[in-house]
Amino acid sequence: MNTPKTEARRRAIVGYGLAALIGATVLSGCVQIETPDKPIEINLNINIRQEVVYRLDGDAKKLIEQNSEIF
Amino acid sequence: MTGNDMMRLKMWKPTGLALAAIAATAAVALAVPSAMAQRDPAYAAARAAGQIGEQPDGYLGFASTPTPAIRALVQDLNIKRKAAYTERAQATGSTVEQFAFTSGCNLIANTKPGEKYQAPDGRWLTRDDSPPVRNASCP
Repeated sequence: MNTPKTEARRRAIVGYGLAALIGATVLSGCVQIETPDKPIEINLNINIRQEVVYRLDGDAKKLIEQNSEIF
Repeated sequence: MTGNDMMRLKMWKPTGLALAAIAATAAVALAVPSAMAQRDPAYAAARAAGQIGEQPDGYLGFASTPTPAIRALVQDLNIKRKAAYTERAQATGSTVEQFAFTSGCNLIANTKPGEKYQAPDGRWLTRDDSPPVRNASCP
């Protein structure tokens, strides 16, 4: 026979179980997300490259002008 | 040093400069005809016909299947381009790819209407009066 006290304890246990289950699901969900490292890398490359391209632009123009036979 | 020696020095300096200028002019005069001679009419024709075009990487590519002669011509030019890029990359402290890419930005910008160039997505486009489709990193 369930007294109000044991009923409350049972509910608490079920509640803890549910909380643990949800927590585990959320955690496993977090772990399974793969970090998109490649797109980040590409963005970085473009940023670096743009700086480099701006730095080299004058030299490249000069090279093309002075070596018209191969361009 | 006597006054006479000073005079001689003063006279020799401009003469030396003039000689250097003459030598430089001669070098340019020698270099230009050889450069002109390297320009194959077949190259200009293939370029105008849209068989070959500029790639974003700074090298020439084929917009359509080339004849063996055109293929050899383009390969030869690309080898010479790579040598030039390599030399400039070393001088500017950059990689060959970086220097070639920067040159490619300029070479595509320099294409004339009717000529072919390769867009960053790999498509071969025909240049018209509007600005060419280039990589976002191009200046």
